Amino acid sequence: MQRDRPTTDGAVFEARHISKAFAGVQALVDVSLTLRSGAVHALMGENGAGKSTLMRVLGGLLRADSGEILLGGRPILLRSPQDASRHGIAMIHQELLPVPDMTVAENILLGREPASRLVGWIDRRAMQREARRLLDLLEADLPLQWKMRRLSVAQMQTVEIAKTLGQDARVLIMDEPTAAISQREVDALFRVIATLRDRGVAIVYITHKMDEVFRIADTITVLRDGSHVGTCPAGEIDRQALIALMVGRSVDDAAVRPRACRGKVVLTVRGLSRAGAFQDVDFELRRGEVLGITGLMGAGRTELLSAVFGLVPADAGEICVAGQPVRIRRPADAMRHGIGMVTEDRQGFGLIHTMPVKHNMTLAALGGYCRGPFIRHAQETAAAEAGIAALGIKTAGARQAVGELSGGNQQKVVLARSLLADPSIVLLDEPTRGIDIGAKAEVHALIARLAEEGKAVVLVSSELPEALALSDRLLVMRQGTVAAELDPSHTTQEEVLRYAMPR
Amino acid sequence: MPCPVEPDTPRRLVFPAAARRLLQRFGIVIALVVVGAVLAAATPKFLTATNLVNVARQVSINGILAVGVTFVLLTGGVDLSLGSVVALAGVVAASFAHPDEYPIVFAVLMGIATGTACGATNGLVVTRGGVAPFIVTLGMMTAARGLALVVSGGKPVSNMSPDLTQLAGDILGLPIPVLILAAVSVASWLFLANTRLGRHIYAVGGNENAARAAGIDVRRIKLFAYTVCGALTGLAGVVLAARITTGQPNAGVAYELDAIAAVVIGGTSLSGGVGGIGGTLLGVLLMGVINNGLDLLNVSSYYQQIVKGVIIVGAVWLDRRQRRQ
Repeated sequence: MQRDRPTTDGAVFEARHISKAFAGVQALVDVSLTLRSGAVHALMGENGAGKSTLMRVLGGLLRADSGEILLGGRPILLRSPQDASRHGIAMIHQELLPVPDMTVAENILLGREPASRLVGWIDRRAMQREARRLLDLLEADLPLQWKMRRLSVAQMQTVEIAKTLGQDARVLIMDEPTAAISQREVDALFRVIATLRDRGVAIVYITHKMDEVFRIADTITVLRDGSHVGTCPAGEIDRQALIALMVGRSVDDAAVRPRACRGKVVLTVRGLSRAGAFQDVDFELRRGEVLGITGLMGAGRTELLSAVFGLVPADAGEICVAGQPVRIRRPADAMRHGIGMVTEDRQGFGLIHTMPVKHNMTLAALGGYCRGPFIRHAQETAAAEAGIAALGIKTAGARQAVGELSGGNQQKVVLARSLLADPSIVLLDEPTRGIDIGAKAEVHALIARLAEEGKAVVLVSSELPEALALSDRLLVMRQGTVAAELDPSHTTQEEVLRYAMPR
Repeated sequence: MPCPVEPDTPRRLVFPAAARRLLQRFGIVIALVVVGAVLAAATPKFLTATNLVNVARQVSINGILAVGVTFVLLTGGVDLSLGSVVALAGVVAASFAHPDEYPIVFAVLMGIATGTACGATNGLVVTRGGVAPFIVTLGMMTAARGLALVVSGGKPVSNMSPDLTQLAGDILGLPIPVLILAAVSVASWLFLANTRLGRHIYAVGGNENAARAAGIDVRRIKLFAYTVCGALTGLAGVVLAARITTGQPNAGVAYELDAIAAVVIGGTSLSGGVGGIGGTLLGVLLMGVINNGLDLLNVSSYYQQIVKGVIIVGAVWLDRRQRRQ
């Protein structure tokens, strides 16, 4: 990798030695990136490798803790997206930011409306003309007068791209622009990228899709765990080598669980579908086993679990508990059938910040500590304290405010809530996300213990080493379907990633 | 970022939190004592048994309404229809309270049933229709007022049986409305603190999504809260009608604002999940004592309104500032 080399010919944009930490977790460590005018630079890496963080630093949305950014050889300061856009850096976000009640044309020219100088009267005809011109570049045929909320996700994405094209950028950052758009729009987008490249724009392109990378990238940079692991011309690397670079680490950072013999089937899912989320998913779950589900972001894992638990019910398909078909329209139904879930979104769907630790823990199982409608406080407290002890939750006491706990301990509170209801089927969605190493190991041990006790566990995890070490079987999801069922003891991260990558 | 609690330093971390909670809980008690002391010093008329009983009588209707709306505010909702429903329930009760037609209990029950029906309607439209509580109860505020005028023909319903007016009288020297407020408060306090349904009300207000994920039927809980609020509003309407010895279709205008102000001064969060009956009663008392004091000091009612407005905003501002620390 380049080290403080003077800017070579054609290098318009350089990021040098960028580091960034969030709440003590290092997201980027000394990462450098050089963009050349008239070239497409692909940025690749697993979920959480630091790609999006790096792009947010370059787009002025985040400030790096250290490092510098150079444009045309001169250091520049990016304190806001406005700074970035003044320097000719434009960004197409992974998440869409439409104004739903404004029209397509108004969204495309948001903040750049053609208007009379005197009173700011908007020139609607010029606006239509410019919006149409930008959409024509993308060969997209969208009605300019439609409200954004009428559009599909793909169409909104197209509008977002058109919005950026209007900014005449020197540097264009695209964070997974094809994640949600149709093949026709992808082809059009690639033609636009080629045109922009020929006009001398430097383009950063983030994607998970292998074939796209080899189609349009001139250079590829791979990030892993926030560090730069390699940069090379796209012509000098093949698919296999690229995956190996992305995965890189060894499997042994999560202890492998001794596999127990499996019991009878407790949960059967057949043909489960929800439009736009996942299609035709089948799986079986047995007593005493851990079924891992992995995949890239947006593969439909969270949506699948949410459907089994009734948070967002499925449109079609069948769920059977212990052989009996059951109707699950809401979480209360699932819980009645012995299903418990720990959601991925701990703040949104887990914790109740206005309640103390004790009340958070007993919420789902409160009926067990009641006589008639009345809570038996002594029993409730005893149950909460038993839970605190069993999971090793570090609190100042059962009455402490749950918001004062660390992330790992908050996660254990949410786990304890599900387990106090004594479910026979436990759905865990990213149970170790955002918690420290120590708490992570404890959660891993807990998962192993649950399986040993004869509970059936579904573990959704984006972390391959974790999924491989803990699962008895591993489902790989891709674009809403189950792409493969693998035996974790006879597979590799490379193989898993091959199935997970969109085709 | 809340600091993680390490096992070796629990004490240092707990004390400030506990102290803050104490101040939060008793800040309003301190305010009440200070205001009381100032008034006692300013006028000898304040600290007499007659005056204090009088204060209690004056706050009893606002108190019943405030206790009811506490349920709704705890779920994160709001009810703006209280004043109109008070009038409607009063008119209905008065129409059934003519001598010798029905037993007087029937009139009381009809008043309460009217309020309950209004509250349940609010709850159903909020939970089934998905319309914002502000809008639903604003609609009910207008509609219930209209219904009160229709039922009464636009005129006060008088000729009320003295049996009903006795509801505003005394037992053993204590005003019956005050006894009713006491009973309602104790029952509501026990309910919220000790029952499963009460706990679920706090959970729904604290984080609706998490409550649902914990298997709680959020819609049922909200419907329940609006219905209880409606029932207590009906009761308040009956008590008011008894006190003014008529069913007044124009009674109760803006009562909801006094009730909500008292609840919020008492520390219940408008976003739900935090607060309770104890705070609500203290808020009601604080507002009542200030009103009474300003009356005793012969402050014009114009200025009283200004003072009340400043106190409402000031109390909540102080409360939020404390909480942010």
